[in-house]
Formats: sequence, C-alpha cells, structure tokens
Amino acid sequence: MGVPFRQACQEKKFVITAEIGPPKGTDIEPLIHHIELLKDKVDGLNVTDNQSSVMRVSSMAVCRLILDHGGEPILQLTCRDRNRLALQSELLSAWVLGIRNVLCLTGDYVTVGDHPQAKPVFDLDSVQLLVTVSGMNEGKDLAGNDLQGKTDFFAGAVVTPEADPIEPQIIKFHKKIAAGAQFFQTQAIYDLDNFKRFLDRAQPNGVKLLAGIVLLVSAGMARYMNKNVPGIMVPDHLIDRLASAPKGKAIEMGIQIAGEMIRKIRDEKLCDGVHIMAIGKEERVPDILRTAE
Amino acid sequence: MIVAKRKPLEQIEGFLEGAERVLVVGCGTCVAVCMAGGEKEVEILAEQLRMRAKLAGRRQQIDEVTVTRQCDREYFAPLAACVDQYDLLLSTACGAGVQFLAERFDHKPVLPALNTLFIGVAEGPGVWSQRCTACADCILDQTGGICPMTMCAKNLLNGPCGGTNHGKCEVDGTKDCAWTLIYRRLEKLGRLDLLKKIQLPKDYSVATKPARFTHEAFQKAENQEP
Repeated sequence: MGVPFRQACQEKKFVITAEIGPPKGTDIEPLIHHIELLKDKVDGLNVTDNQSSVMRVSSMAVCRLILDHGGEPILQLTCRDRNRLALQSELLSAWVLGIRNVLCLTGDYVTVGDHPQAKPVFDLDSVQLLVTVSGMNEGKDLAGNDLQGKTDFFAGAVVTPEADPIEPQIIKFHKKIAAGAQFFQTQAIYDLDNFKRFLDRAQPNGVKLLAGIVLLVSAGMARYMNKNVPGIMVPDHLIDRLASAPKGKAIEMGIQIAGEMIRKIRDEKLCDGVHIMAIGKEERVPDILRTAE
Repeated sequence: MIVAKRKPLEQIEGFLEGAERVLVVGCGTCVAVCMAGGEKEVEILAEQLRMRAKLAGRRQQIDEVTVTRQCDREYFAPLAACVDQYDLLLSTACGAGVQFLAERFDHKPVLPALNTLFIGVAEGPGVWSQRCTACADCILDQTGGICPMTMCAKNLLNGPCGGTNHGKCEVDGTKDCAWTLIYRRLEKLGRLDLLKKIQLPKDYSVATKPARFTHEAFQKAENQEP
C-alpha cells in the first residue's frame, strides 16, 4: 500500500488522482480489475457518488473495496440523496471502515439521472458539508453534540475554473477553503491559458489544487460537452486534432492530448497535480500517464 | 398569490362519475387572478362538463357558484342552503380552499378541479412564476431580494454549483441561475460582502408541517376558549 493521499499531498511535487465509477449492478469484476490496474499508479482513487444522478453501488462500498485491494480511496459525497443525519452517518461509517479522504460536492440534480421522479434532498450544500466534516474532525456533530471518537478526514472540494461568470465561483471557492477544504479537484480544463487566469484570480494558497483532466474520446464527445456540460470548454484546435485522427483512433489522440496537458501542468508548475477522469475508459489511464512522462 | 392550473378535463369528468347533481364552486381570489378557478373559469368548466355529459348521454345536472374566497369560513354561509341538493361539489380553489370547503361540508364529496402550483407573481399577461416556498425563515435580506430557496433548483445557500451555465441553470436551460442573479444584484447594490459570509444549514424545524399561526393579538382570546 502506498502513502496516504494526505501525505502524498504534503510530500510530493506532483500528485495524481483518478476517478472510478461504481457499477450499476452487482457485477464488480471490471471494477476490481480497474482498482488493481490503477491503485499503484496514482496517489488516490476518487469514487463517484451516484454519478450524474444515476443509481449505482455506493461510493463507500467501493472505497472499502479499494482499501481491501491496497489502494487509497477518496470518498465522493454529494448532498443530493441524503439529509444531514444520513450525511453525518455516512461520514462516521466511512471513517470506521478506514476511509480517510472525502470530497464534498453539491451533486447533480435528480432530473438529469435515471430516477428523475425522485425527491431531491439538498438539505446541506457543499460549503455546509465541509463545515460538517470540519466539526466532526473536532469531535462535534452538526447539532453540537460530542462524538465518542472523532474523525480526522482530509477534506476536499471542487471548483469550476471555466464557470461563467467566474466571480461568484471564486467567492465560493474561498468559502470552501474557510469551511475546511484542504484540497481541490477541478472540473475538466482544456485551455491552460484560461486556467492560468483562473489561478491568478483565485489565489489557491494553502490548499492543494489538482487540475481536472477528462479524457476526450472523439470530436463528437468534445462538441457534445461544449454544448451540454456547463463549465467545460474544449478549444477548437483540440477538436480539430481529434477530428483529424484516423477512423477509430480518436481515443489515441485524446490520450495524447491528456498526456500533453498533464506534462505542461507539471513542467510549468501550474498547480499541485492532476485528477484524471477517464469516464468508462479507466483501462486507458496508464496510457495517459505513460504519455505524460 | 397562489397560482394554480386546471386539471385535464378528462380527469375532472372522471371525478363526476355516478353523480347526478354537481355543484362547481369557484373561488374569487388568487385562482381568479391566475385565470384558473374564478367566476369566468367556473362558467367555462361547467359548460364544458354539461356538453360532455350531453354527448355521452348522461343525465347530469351541473350548476355553478363562485364565492369570494374558499379559504375563509364566512364566505361559505350562502352555500349552506343549497349544498344538500347536490351529490358532489367540485371546487376550483387551490388545495387549501378545497380542504376548507370539504371540512365545512363534510357530508358531501368535495373534489379538486385544479392542481395548485406555487406562490408566485404575474410576470406578464398569462404568465406567472414562483417566488416563494414559504420556508418560514426569510433570508431575502442576505441575498439581494432574490430567494435561493425557491429560485435555485438545489436551494443552495452559499453560491452557485458547477451547473451554472452562462447565467442559466443546467437543470433547465430556459431558467436563470439564481446565484448569478444574486451575484449581479449584490454587485449592483455594493453588497458583495454578503456573498462572502458562510451561510450555515437552514433550520427546517421551523417549517414543520402542518403549520399553524395565531396572531399575537388573538393569542389570549384563543387560550381562553373552552
């Protein structure tokens, strides 16, 4: 087993995390394969929480499986499906199962997922969830009650560098830091000049910031994201490169692009590391890392 | 005001199955303003139901009456004399009015002709939009007069989520992002400091259902009731 993610953030010059999506169903063979494939190549494995509001195996269960296989899990916890009792219970449960890192998110709205009729919860928001984690790290629950044994989570949050307008995003970024976020993993970035401008404005001092890298698998995917995913902007020159790839080889170009971006971010010391989201193509993460070397 | 819209005619017609004499009871307040259940709408609905009955060969008497408000007992008085002539009352009030009418005439079936939508405002002719969720703890002083509890799909209290999209909301691209609106308003008012303050979790206990409120001037009188 490698070093804890918190320690990697303190000691390493460049930290790498990757995202794993739990399966929809009980067949965990591919998941275990991905864990085995990635656990020694990255400093932490994020596990999504009913990603895109699609019902799946829980983040906590997969985090525990990662621990069982010798990896370092980062629990993603959203406010969509649980009220403050359930969120705190989840945090205590994660801690007693050995999970030490938590990424606090608002969560997608329910209507984008596969149970659009569900009642959305959003009892807390991401800032309030961070306040909750900080309190539990001090031995108190949200109601001020003492805990018999406290947590010591390494808490993180997300930020969208391409958000428009950017000002309220930056204000919220600083509220997340004030609420206890120690690391950030960003929404996907593709334009490093924009990213530099964001960093200049946001001044992420005192926290670890990992740039989000989403693997592009085709020009069509890039255009789709530009049109449909808020906060993602793939520049035309990257779309042209994907489109110019021979038939069936666009993903190789995507891997090339991701690798180049990681290399640039590392060589130019833009931030503290990267968070790779391969979204269903987890088996290609080692190829991205090789290209980035 | 309360905004409502009429249920599909087929559903309303289904409610009337087996009833020979029906009284459609309109409400002259909010639902009259939003053109869902006032005097005019009751007239149209009753006429439509009469036509459907006739076309289907049903012997059904459908009468109509509109009271000032169905959420106030005093306006039910004129109904008391005639209700017994009917098998069924069809109310075009909001959900509150339907229940109050049903409570007053609890020996008759009282059925809803409308779906109650929200507390809102008239944006323009024939267009209403939600503005308040009645959370019982108003925070409009902190948010530039724009309610994130209502205007943000996720009722976030500390700023926009990652789904904010060039001023629109990812949940519905035709709707504004509440937090972009709040940011712009506070910027205009020179009060961006309000946005920087961490808002702690909301106290939902103050909005425990069913809510009841007695004006303090009447509290003593209420306590003295046997």
